[in-house]
Amino acid sequence: MLYEHVVCAFCGCVCDDIDVTVEDGRITQAKNACVLGKAWFLDHGKPTDLPAVRIDGQAASLEEGIDAAASLLARSHYPIIYGLSSTSCEAQRQAVALAEVLGGCIDCCTSVCHGPSGMAVQGVGEPTCTLGEVKNRANLVIYWGSNPAESHPRHMTRYAVTSRGMFTPNGRKDRTVVLVDVRPSPSSRAADIQLTVRPGKDFELLWALRALVQGQKVEESSLADTGVTLEQLVDLAGRMKSCRFGVLFVGQGLTQSRGKHMNLTAAFLLVRDLNRTTKFALMPMRGHGNVTGVDNVLAWQTGYPFGVNFSRGCPRFNPGEFTMVDVLRRGEADAVLSVASDPVASLPNSARRRLADVPVVAIDTHDSETTRIARVVFMAATAGIGVEGTAYRMDNVPLHLSKVLPTPYPSDEEILSRLLARVKEMKP
Amino acid sequence: MSERKLILITGRTTHQGVGISSGKHLEEYQTATNVVQFSPADMQRFGLHDDDMVRLKTIYGTATVKCRSADLPEGLAFLAFGPAANQLVGGETHASGMPDSKGFEIELEVLSA
Ligand code: SF4
Repeated sequence: MLYEHVVCAFCGCVCDDIDVTVEDGRITQAKNACVLGKAWFLDHGKPTDLPAVRIDGQAASLEEGIDAAASLLARSHYPIIYGLSSTSCEAQRQAVALAEVLGGCIDCCTSVCHGPSGMAVQGVGEPTCTLGEVKNRANLVIYWGSNPAESHPRHMTRYAVTSRGMFTPNGRKDRTVVLVDVRPSPSSRAADIQLTVRPGKDFELLWALRALVQGQKVEESSLADTGVTLEQLVDLAGRMKSCRFGVLFVGQGLTQSRGKHMNLTAAFLLVRDLNRTTKFALMPMRGHGNVTGVDNVLAWQTGYPFGVNFSRGCPRFNPGEFTMVDVLRRGEADAVLSVASDPVASLPNSARRRLADVPVVAIDTHDSETTRIARVVFMAATAGIGVEGTAYRMDNVPLHLSKVLPTPYPSDEEILSRLLARVKEMKP
Repeated sequence: MSERKLILITGRTTHQGVGISSGKHLEEYQTATNVVQFSPADMQRFGLHDDDMVRLKTIYGTATVKCRSADLPEGLAFLAFGPAANQLVGGETHASGMPDSKGFEIELEVLSA
């Protein structure tokens, strides 16, 4: 059986042109998918014999699992719901409602990928566009602190570099590609210009670029520690001002380095300045398949994109206070619900240590470090393979996820909505 | 045995990304996340060859990994996101929610060369 135009929900590119072949109840081919997409389709499509629910390692019924998880969460004083970046928006909605009923925190993987970008957007606004506009119009493409060749393998070919569009009929030949990073990376091959910035000096470089774009004088000596020369920067500022349509893709090289949201604020302000002379946009290179979706769902429902707390009965936002790493590191959380995520394997040691001390409920599509320590584990259908749903591409365009395989497991949405109903009964 | 200081960045790689779907217990992911990359100049300075063992230390923890030469500026080291990187990154987020995962100082101890 061949399913055409299937959406890959592994990374933020959310490619919607995958042709999936299903034979004997498993996915045997994912045509057009990159190496990451192939691994996602083929490995998530493998049959498994794991029980749908485990309580303390023992197989249990869904009803028993819902009861056990609901009572762990309802009893806690400061629970946190975390993850949600690899599931559907429909499931994310249920998770927000559950956090509200519990009076706890809800945070998503955004806080450890592009949370600082979200904070900058709140401060100075977001000059943005869709990837369709990039494909059709952009003749200057800058990746800053990003290595798309490894993190988003089809970003350059499908949207931003080699793709041919209405005003870029010659594809690669119609664009100049610039890479700004602390190191040469596999993406460097695709760049016309590479600027190697010293670690932790992105803010200084972005601020100097702003000055140049505004026509101000910049001393060579002020760039001494950045690793970039004034000549290189003057050249880049000139290209940015004179391009027809420019786009700055920002990666975790900016969000995870010294300066964090201030790096992003500088980048957004630079792009705002550029719009006085040309058309320029900025887009964060969102990592997980539906991390953009969870920001949107949280923002519709609470007003904030991540790190939200309901303990006073209304949503409050405070990165550093209600975000997963901080809530764990300070030993505040007394129960954790992990959804479609593996915090035990992905968070810094000082934060994940807390996960061994508190009851953890895990909902995931496969076994992980987190399911191994969880008291209650639900196996769920993979959104986009075993169950339909909605995912947002990194440019905030929603796409429909298809079901291509039957699955014995319920969806995240179903598990979360049943958990919500049971917690409501326990916590009137 | 010798101790040196470098700046470490942690980040994504293709094999680490494949391991997220295929299984973090598999060799591909384990290998991808347990190899630190140094510049050829640093490899030479520390008397290291590909696959020699090194211990990386920060004030938060230590990680013992293999090393490999890569196209990096001198003084910079790269380690893929994963269990070894998690040992080295601190949990302080400076009121941002985001730990300092890139651009922090590590001490290098050469274990076998
Ligand atoms: S680039 Fe991302 S969305 Fe596209 S096929 Fe690869 S993993 Fe899937």
